[in-house]
Amino acid sequence: MAFWISPAELRRRGIVGMNMRNGSYIAEHNPRHRYPLVDNKLITKSLAQNAGVAVPELYGVVRTHHGIRELGGLLEGRDSFVVKPVQGSGGNGIVVLDGRFDNGSYRRANGRRMRPEELEHHVSNILAGAYSLGGQPDVAMIEQRVEFSHAFRDISYQGVPDIRIIVYRGCPAMAMVRLPTRQSDGKANLHQGAIGAGVDLETGITTEGVWLNRRVHQHPDTSCSVAGHAIPHWEEQLRLAARCHDLTGLGYLGVDLILDRQHGPLLLELNARPGLAIQIANEAGLRWRLRAIDRWLEAHGDATPPAEVRARWFARAGLETLAQAAARDAA
Amino acid sequence: MKRFHLSLLVLLLLAVAGGIFLYKTQVLQFPVQPASEVETWTVEASVDFTPTGGSVKAALRLPDSTPGFAILDESFISRGYGLSTEANGDGRKAIWTQRRPGDGPQTLYYRLQVVPDGNGQQNEEYPGAADRPDFDPPLAAAADALLESVRSRSADIDSFSTLLVQEVNRSEPNENVAAFLTRTATPLERTRLIVDLLAGARIPARVVHGFSLADRGQRQEAIPWLQYHNTRQWVPLDPATGERGFPPNFLVWWTGDAPSPLELDRARGGNVSWAISRSHLDAMSAASLAATQQRYGIPGLSLLDLPVETQNTYRILLLLPLGALLIVFLRNLVGVRTFGTFMPVLMALSFRETELFNGVVMFTLVVALGLALRFYLEHLKLLLVPRLAAVVTIVVALMAALTVLSHQLGIQAGLSLGLFPIVVLAMTIERMSIVWEEHGAADAIQQGLGSLVVAAACYLVLVNRQIEHLFFVFPELILAVLALLLAMGRYTGYRASELIRFRAFARSKD
Repeated sequence: MAFWISPAELRRRGIVGMNMRNGSYIAEHNPRHRYPLVDNKLITKSLAQNAGVAVPELYGVVRTHHGIRELGGLLEGRDSFVVKPVQGSGGNGIVVLDGRFDNGSYRRANGRRMRPEELEHHVSNILAGAYSLGGQPDVAMIEQRVEFSHAFRDISYQGVPDIRIIVYRGCPAMAMVRLPTRQSDGKANLHQGAIGAGVDLETGITTEGVWLNRRVHQHPDTSCSVAGHAIPHWEEQLRLAARCHDLTGLGYLGVDLILDRQHGPLLLELNARPGLAIQIANEAGLRWRLRAIDRWLEAHGDATPPAEVRARWFARAGLETLAQAAARDAA
Repeated sequence: MKRFHLSLLVLLLLAVAGGIFLYKTQVLQFPVQPASEVETWTVEASVDFTPTGGSVKAALRLPDSTPGFAILDESFISRGYGLSTEANGDGRKAIWTQRRPGDGPQTLYYRLQVVPDGNGQQNEEYPGAADRPDFDPPLAAAADALLESVRSRSADIDSFSTLLVQEVNRSEPNENVAAFLTRTATPLERTRLIVDLLAGARIPARVVHGFSLADRGQRQEAIPWLQYHNTRQWVPLDPATGERGFPPNFLVWWTGDAPSPLELDRARGGNVSWAISRSHLDAMSAASLAATQQRYGIPGLSLLDLPVETQNTYRILLLLPLGALLIVFLRNLVGVRTFGTFMPVLMALSFRETELFNGVVMFTLVVALGLALRFYLEHLKLLLVPRLAAVVTIVVALMAALTVLSHQLGIQAGLSLGLFPIVVLAMTIERMSIVWEEHGAADAIQQGLGSLVVAAACYLVLVNRQIEHLFFVFPELILAVLALLLAMGRYTGYRASELIRFRAFARSKD
């Protein structure tokens, strides 16, 4: 692998850099007053529920240090759940617990044990704002741990794989599956060492993956090939992602979905500043796809098509053809 | 339209900053170099006379238009005489008066400080063609013949004047010149004659008096010089050789035919002599003094008028925008990752006190030790705010311990440790420990190093005397910084770090 790539080559491939993402997409299409809708996971959840979008069940919320005492009661009879900061970012502060030991300790998804006091301390850290943007006081939420689909059993190590779809002006633009590894400690976050596997938007089949900014063919822990896995309920996920745009009014949105074994795709969270590594996972730049979406929407004039149509915006001509046409048009 | 608007704003800011900057450097002569010194001259005119009884009046003509020099300061020593100055068409005058002067010789002083301003031209309006002087009939004929012969050999006003001067000064003067001059004619008489002859050719000319400034020039005498107007400006001409220009460092004191700048009333033995000394003045003071003398508006609004302590604050404050600019550049164009957006600028400010190397070493020490203790605190499961407070306390204790230790070891540098921003250090430790836990040691160390590199870069900007001088003397430059910030604010190209981050695309198929 070459040590670097020339800016001209990046431009030709339509790779979106951080500055372009911030300046041309986030600043243009994401009105700031709508950020709380996605930065606060409780608001996102209730928005989604009102719109009939399936989400993991909310078990409870801890708002004050005083409330931590009731944590035990709240979790009575539950062995398997997830604790999250309501305004956390980048997957920080999320703890997944999937069982209990006989002495009352919880078992974390990575197999380690967590005593109830430790859990309480973690919740109190969340409340104090250790994981929120800018260290503001936060709220902890406890929700259902998803019994995730077996689709990714071979290519994830512990933890919960999730699906990230970039939705631009209501149209899915790029997708990837994030696969936990031993290094990521069961977390599905690329910064923390999870694998990102590109997904063919048209078919929902995984392509090759990126791990720590390098391209990989196999999962480092399971040695199974990352490519060629068909994601179940793919069409439904595209529609769900497209609808999230209507919920939030954000034009550049990262939609995180999780596949439940029984309930199908659930909305995990939304992100107003989705990262750019998805481009490496898909071996493709976002820019021409986004421009193709602009052109497609322009062709529809004032009447924005409904989510069901937007979810398959590329169906007629094919994604690749549309992106290439947009690139030619730009040149 | 949005783009256009921004570019226009950027251009406007740059133009305003550049305009004020140019005005200050070119017109007000504000120095671009820090502490550059300029040569200044102090000229002291002593006016001697002896009163003859009754109320005395002494009028001294003062320098007014001094080509090549700017007047910085002037003062009078009047010794009981009433003093007034008046300015009229032919220059300024100081008038000393005394109803009952003492017996014996009197001496009054006038002191002038000038600085070369590099502008020797006198672009004054053309006073109109000179009136022909009334020569006696035989002299008029000689003048006509002389002027005719010079005119036939010259091309324009400049060559005409030069030739005429040479003609008058020939060692064996031709008969037409001899009609006007005796062999013993003084330089002033010759010069006056040339002025008259030039007037005969309708060329305006005048005598100016002055002297060359030279160090330790005591009892300097004024010499006459010639100036003629070539319809654009007054051109100085050597009345003895016809060469254009003044002697080097020539200070013009008064203009006109009068042999002395002094006019006395009820006094005799009048004499003016000049003592000259050279000194050096900080260029900045020279420029603002000159500007005050000439009553330009801007120096009154200058930061130099503030009390010195406030000045020192602003010397640093004005550099902060530049540090911010550097951070924007390093973060958005290069892609260096740091803890906290402007934390490195604050670190750089404290490095000013400790010097770079010591600062970096001490910063690393405090952060490393603090981090170790912070990991221990993690085990105690403290709440966030008490934990932060504990980190602050630990940082203070560490700094005190390190200072004492370095003092014992005889390392002076450790003593300045107390100037480190404690809260900034504590926040750095806290953030670093969270990044360490969440993203691993590699990320934490990488960002820590990034912060240090950026802080060091900011430090180099903040301690540069040239830059500090520029921003303090020309605070309008921060408008240019603002313009650059705005321009970079719309930069949507790649960061240098992304060329490496996305290198996986380099060899893959299309």
